[in-house]
Amino acid sequence: MKSIEKLLRKFEPEHDGKWAKLHPVWDAFYTFMFTPDKTTTSGSHIRDGIDLKRTMFTVVVALIPALLFGIYNTGHWHFASLGETTAYWDMFGDKFLYGLIRVLPIVVVSYAVGLGIEFIFAIKNGHAVQEGFLVSGMLIPLIVPVDTPLWMIAVATIFAVVIGKEVFGGTGMNIVNVALTARAFLFFGYPTMMSGNKVWVGELSENLDNNKVVDGFSGATPLGDLASFWSDEPTFSSLADFSEHWTLLDSILGYIPGSIGETSLIAIGIGAVILLITGIASWRIMLSFFAGGLLMAFIFNQTATNPFMELSPLHQIALGGFAFGAVFMVTDPVTAAQTNTGKYIYGFLAGLFAILVRVFNPAFPEGVMMAILFFNVMAPLIDHYVIQANVKRRIKRLKIKQA
Amino acid sequence: MSKTVKLRKGLNIPLLGEAEKVKNSVEQADVFSIKPPDFHGVMPKLDLKAGAKVKAGDVIFHNKYVENVKFCSPISGEITEVVRGAKRRILEIIIKADTNIDYKDLGVKDLNSMSDDEVKNYLLSSGLWPFIKQRPIDIIADPTQTPKAIFISAFDSSPIAPDYDFILHGEDENFQTGIDVLKKLTKGIIHLNVNGDGSPDKVFTNAKGVQINKIYGKHPAGNIGTQIHHIDPLNKGEYIWTINPQDVAIIGRVFNTGKFDLSKVIALTGSEVKTPKYIKTIIGTSIKNIVENNITSDNVRIISGNVLTGDKIKPDGFLGFYANQITVIPEGNQSKFFLTDGWLGSGCSKFSISKTYFSWLMPNKKRKLDTNLNGEIRSFVVTGEMEKVFPFDIYPMQLIKSVMYEDLDEMEALGIYEVAPEDFALCEFVCTSKIDIQEKIRQGLDKVQEEIL
Repeated sequence: MKSIEKLLRKFEPEHDGKWAKLHPVWDAFYTFMFTPDKTTTSGSHIRDGIDLKRTMFTVVVALIPALLFGIYNTGHWHFASLGETTAYWDMFGDKFLYGLIRVLPIVVVSYAVGLGIEFIFAIKNGHAVQEGFLVSGMLIPLIVPVDTPLWMIAVATIFAVVIGKEVFGGTGMNIVNVALTARAFLFFGYPTMMSGNKVWVGELSENLDNNKVVDGFSGATPLGDLASFWSDEPTFSSLADFSEHWTLLDSILGYIPGSIGETSLIAIGIGAVILLITGIASWRIMLSFFAGGLLMAFIFNQTATNPFMELSPLHQIALGGFAFGAVFMVTDPVTAAQTNTGKYIYGFLAGLFAILVRVFNPAFPEGVMMAILFFNVMAPLIDHYVIQANVKRRIKRLKIKQA
Repeated sequence: MSKTVKLRKGLNIPLLGEAEKVKNSVEQADVFSIKPPDFHGVMPKLDLKAGAKVKAGDVIFHNKYVENVKFCSPISGEITEVVRGAKRRILEIIIKADTNIDYKDLGVKDLNSMSDDEVKNYLLSSGLWPFIKQRPIDIIADPTQTPKAIFISAFDSSPIAPDYDFILHGEDENFQTGIDVLKKLTKGIIHLNVNGDGSPDKVFTNAKGVQINKIYGKHPAGNIGTQIHHIDPLNKGEYIWTINPQDVAIIGRVFNTGKFDLSKVIALTGSEVKTPKYIKTIIGTSIKNIVENNITSDNVRIISGNVLTGDKIKPDGFLGFYANQITVIPEGNQSKFFLTDGWLGSGCSKFSISKTYFSWLMPNKKRKLDTNLNGEIRSFVVTGEMEKVFPFDIYPMQLIKSVMYEDLDEMEALGIYEVAPEDFALCEFVCTSKIDIQEKIRQGLDKVQEEIL
């Protein structure tokens, strides 16, 4: 260890030397390898063992089950579209390998581009490279459709990091979730390419052009099929047909097409358990988000005017990005409400709106992203009223005293 | 009307090195010091110069802003040096001690025949006043104000803290006199807050003229700020005075004996002390005789006070005026490789309120924690962690942020009058972003004092 440290120290740029500007870059590598020897100078002499690196790393670990499942699921739907497989767990090696070949580049591009920008801003502004993007860089690949071109991922990442984060002052200062900004950019920036049914399954459009796709395979996600109930030509004639094709169990296990990491409730659930045990994510937000979503789905279920609304609440939240959003997106501490009371309100309303937007926006068959982005913006307002209540209590106490 | 307060929030940090319950004494130190930086907000104006001979109880300096607040020598001897720092700020006044203490004669006082003002003036002129502190701002009490109440916390809940039940056992008479003195200073109640989870000594339970409240819970249950907040919260324009129980006994002793005798019992604690125990000594003593040959290595941090709020001192430094404890912990000035004991390690030797390290499987194991920051300074990212250890109806992060952008109205609205830096010690401990919160709160309080009060 000592020799590694000595070697690293040899490359340290002088603070006033020629390469002083590059000090943050060196610092990022050094602090990655070694927790510095810096000691407390004022206040509490001992400090908690946790730091931001450990926090972010824990979230990345929690994302790994979803990533692994996403890789396999990508492979399955590719081969399913070609008609080479029907059972979920056969051709394991081929499916996993195909998924790996498709997903890994997206992860690499997302990290390389995002971290590159972080380094550029650190050099430009002379501050340390903060760890925020470690998580964003993993989230972005998991919430995009697998057929998103790599250059689009790069452009979206640049947009999200620069406009979503750096212009507000970097890690800890952003208003909206960085990964969701990237996704929103993709969906609104390239609507013709990103909407429709063809992006969710690997190489589907090319294979369609070459007539390699098995008959009747549309590539549509369950949500896409549900949204078609609003149109004149629904994919399924009734909800029963739909539920037979896309069963609740399928969506819990994740045997459905969708964005790379969002499909399996089991994989996301493992991540949720890690985040809740370690105390990194707020259980208040997670719980209330599910509560909000279930309530809205229940209301629709009771007042249904079409099969989409009729869908059972449980099935409703098991579909699409709802669970992924609940565990990894809405709980982002920087963009969520920061007061404990505010967290309940924020999570609940975001969950409510996620289902509301999903059901009543046929043009766009997923509402979770929109709802979370919207409540990211609303979170400071929620906090404001929570804090004002606290302030008013204090003023009231003074008034009682004076009266 | 005694009150019971039960706290759910808080944190007990399990540290090694609790003092064994024996009172030892060491040879009296040859040098003593009185350190003006111990008294926040005091601008010292020297009454005596280097070379002057003093008796215990002679005024050495007073506060330039509040002239009748005097600071006296704890010992008899000769002032050898006035140590100054940047901008000629006085850091230490060093006194070479006589072998036998020569006390200035203050005369035994009969409290019953003294009026309230006489008591106050006596406390001011005799140099006992600095023991009394005030909220808001957490500075020495302003003698021109009348407090709505006086608070005494009869226990210290901070890690490996001294046990006042043990220290003050048998000091019933002096403690009671001290309480009687304090009664002359307020029309309000004197709150004596005892640990609900322990069994308070009869020195506290038998005290007359006080309201005894029981506080249950983890640290900071013993912090005076927490107790005030839950028993009689401070509003704008109000004052509460606070005093440490051992200092109450010192005041009582001076009234009973007529001698300016600042001897007290302190706890020598911490994982790097060979035999942690209690020691009889005098305020301002050089700690040389206390720590010499009793520390395991050279690479240690010696703290006058506890690990959360104390001051770093040198091995030949001096006990702070308010300190009841010396803590010695390992210095953390070694870098940590990320896979073994850095951020990617199993972290079995680390302590964290989050469960991100596997040390959470052994929550009660007593630990040896060093002074490493365990990370780098970052922006605030994680929310909700401070709320877990901050038992106030105040939003800690929002208050800290209002201090950082110096918005006085917001600080006031969010409750800055009710807090002191020490109340934020645990917030600082748990902060993932390693921000020096106590220092920030102190800056905020200074700003409030300057601009509003």
